[in-house]
Amino acid sequence: MREMSCRLLVIGAGPGGYVCAIRAGQLGVDTIVVDPEPPGGTCLNVGCIPSKALIHAADEFHRIARLAAAPAMGIAATGATIDLAATTAWKDGIVSKLTGGVAGLLRKAGARLVAGEARLRDGKTAVVSTPEGPVMIHAELLVIATGSEPVELPSLPFGGRVISSNDALALTGLPESLAVVGGGYIGLELGTAFAKLGSRVTVIEAAPRILPQYDAELTRPVMQRLAALGVRVLTGARAGGMSATGALRVALADGAEDIVAEKVLVTVGRRPRGAGAGIAELRLEMDGPFLKIDDRCRTSMRGVHAIGDVTGEPMLAHRAMAQGAMVAEIAAGKPRAWDHRAIPAVCFTDPEIVSAGLSPEEAQRQGVEVVTGLFPFSASGRAMTSGREDGFVRVTARKDSGEVLGIHAVGAGVSELAAGFALALEMGAGLEDVAGTIHAHPTRGEALHEAGLRAMGRALHI
Amino acid sequence: MGVHSIRMPDIGEGIAEAEIAEWLVSPGQMVREDEPLAAVMTDKATVEIPSPVAGKVLWLAGEPGDILAVGAELIRLEVEGDGNLAPGAAEETEPEPQPQARPPAAPPPPRPAPAAALRPEGERPVAPPSVRRRAREAGVDLRQVRGSGPFGRITQDDLSAFIASGGVAAAPGPRPDTSVEEIRVIGLRRKISENMARAATIPHITIVEEVDASAVEDLRARMNADSRGEKLTPLAFIARALVRALREQPMLNAHHLPDDGLVRRFGAVHLGIATQTPGGLMVPVLRHAEALTLRETAAEIARLAQAARDGGARREELTGSTVTITSLGPLGAIATTPILNAPEVAIVGVNRMAVRPHWNGSAFEPRRMMNLSCSFDHRVIDGWDAAVFVQRLRQLLETPALIFMEG
Repeated sequence: MREMSCRLLVIGAGPGGYVCAIRAGQLGVDTIVVDPEPPGGTCLNVGCIPSKALIHAADEFHRIARLAAAPAMGIAATGATIDLAATTAWKDGIVSKLTGGVAGLLRKAGARLVAGEARLRDGKTAVVSTPEGPVMIHAELLVIATGSEPVELPSLPFGGRVISSNDALALTGLPESLAVVGGGYIGLELGTAFAKLGSRVTVIEAAPRILPQYDAELTRPVMQRLAALGVRVLTGARAGGMSATGALRVALADGAEDIVAEKVLVTVGRRPRGAGAGIAELRLEMDGPFLKIDDRCRTSMRGVHAIGDVTGEPMLAHRAMAQGAMVAEIAAGKPRAWDHRAIPAVCFTDPEIVSAGLSPEEAQRQGVEVVTGLFPFSASGRAMTSGREDGFVRVTARKDSGEVLGIHAVGAGVSELAAGFALALEMGAGLEDVAGTIHAHPTRGEALHEAGLRAMGRALHI
Repeated sequence: MGVHSIRMPDIGEGIAEAEIAEWLVSPGQMVREDEPLAAVMTDKATVEIPSPVAGKVLWLAGEPGDILAVGAELIRLEVEGDGNLAPGAAEETEPEPQPQARPPAAPPPPRPAPAAALRPEGERPVAPPSVRRRAREAGVDLRQVRGSGPFGRITQDDLSAFIASGGVAAAPGPRPDTSVEEIRVIGLRRKISENMARAATIPHITIVEEVDASAVEDLRARMNADSRGEKLTPLAFIARALVRALREQPMLNAHHLPDDGLVRRFGAVHLGIATQTPGGLMVPVLRHAEALTLRETAAEIARLAQAARDGGARREELTGSTVTITSLGPLGAIATTPILNAPEVAIVGVNRMAVRPHWNGSAFEPRRMMNLSCSFDHRVIDGWDAAVFVQRLRQLLETPALIFMEG
């Protein structure tokens, strides 16, 4: 068997793993990163990037289709059509450009990428099945960055008409009808996109409301928009199996219903890949289904780090990237620890939701007295000129000091505001700091300024 | 408005230059008449320079540690009416080409005391990521740093001040420390350094002798028991014994001035008492020890040591010693190699007193023993004379009645 050795071995070239390898390479750490798929992991291949491509295409299509149905702003359009196979090909082009880019970045940083399925033999050795045969890799330090995968329901195994988010992003024909099991952000992002493309979409959510991790104030504009798009949302509903006639059985609070759908998209969550690849044999301490880590991403075994989705919620690419960069610097001997104040999260529904820091309820649960300031986009000139006045920006701050604890927003295009929200929180901004920053006019970002002013009772435009 | 220039005053006989020890004002600050402007240091005394006029500080002559000649311009004030500096003259006499561009001498950095207690468990300190990273690299637990920003937000300056004040390391357990700090050797430390360097050129002979201090300690205890006034310390007895011994060997109470080719022998015994102060080693001088009684000696030593520690010792109390005693008290070790206080020719080091077994010829008995470590300038003091002197000191201390005998 061919053998290789390195100082740092990263299992998984997703956003956590590849960033870890790039940073380690930059710091002169001899690094190998292993992945059977093109680098980029779920994010680039079957997650963030392809879903945003599909969502964008759906938005463009929907806009034209709507103008065709009802002219607005003096614009009338005729007959938008979509060739989903061509859309998917466009998306695949973006994906391969990005994965190729990551491979180039790894090369430039001096990290080696080995394509193949890795199996850990112990905390310092992995055997990788490459197309050229097995390779044994010895390392001083190991980083487990194996990510996560869609959860399958026992009653609705993937295959045939039952599809995962990965499959939904690779469809070449538009389903006439789509049942989405699970009203979390993945199901709603994709369900909304297919609704805009023309599918008849039903969302089945077991919780009393969709996006249960967000507060009701934030999800209300999304609910309203789903209704406007004709998406049927069943809450407090449980999907069973498929009936004899091929319909999806759904148990409701007051009865049952069979939902006929061409495709059934199951998005009930993601499961960490924390056992395969020989990880289970390392007998690492677990935190539920996740690998337990400390503030330096160390597992219970010396010299074995873990980053990304395999280490727990929130399963977000940018969390994994930050962990990866930190572990690389630790491997290079620098004193680092996880001390971030906020991991912003974006939900690319329509309208989009951004959360950074604590919600008012979360702060109150911690026993902190808060003030909030909410500025609705209905009072924003920029929102009016872009034809989307739904949503708002809400600032949550300590009542005693004005220290900003959280910033949340819902509205069209608010995902781009996430950077400012996170920066304010990391810098330890107070309401006065938000109020004392000149926000460019006319932008949606002004809503943050006004929300900060309003929390101090000094709003100017409302 | 005029400019008033203040020059380095002549602060002592024969002093040609003085070191700026500390600025007590900063540019832009208003000062009143008689308000101290700067502390300057001569041989060993620190003198505050008061302002002769009221005004606003315009310019300072340098940084702490700089040495200025007597008569050199020290500070400039903006005053009401005409100053003593003609307009335009400022440019001519300006020691710096571009005074405006010169950064003002930084006032001593504020030293925020570490927060009395850590922030409550779970309450995270507020600091931007750059400060957090620097703190981690410096090994500082930010919970111990007081933030000057709103709601205690910690700035880079707060962290710098905390580190400068000797901040507390964060995690327990060993960690590599790659920090290198450059500490300017200025003020008293520079004086000590210079004196030590000078003394190191002197060939020393050091004699260590054991002294049975039981008798003198018994006497001291008796005298302290019916004490009036100042408690007697062992040092007072040693000082008296030294004065007595010097009477018999006056060559040891002298300055050796090799450049002049002479030894200057003194009638007066001006006894230097090496004293540790917060700023470093100082040697206040017990003047005319030959004319003092035991109790006067004890009282004067106590007063001088206190004055030196408080920084209140006058210049004449810090200069002119003819012979020196150095004692580290309970830290005094078994033996030391005292360094001469040049140009003196003898120094007596007092080591720790301890009860040790002593063979009295038929049995061991516990005695309070103490070593004396004495150094001499071997160029002018022969080993024989040094040994005789040390034996005499021992004899006097072991039979303290001899110290007080007439003749």
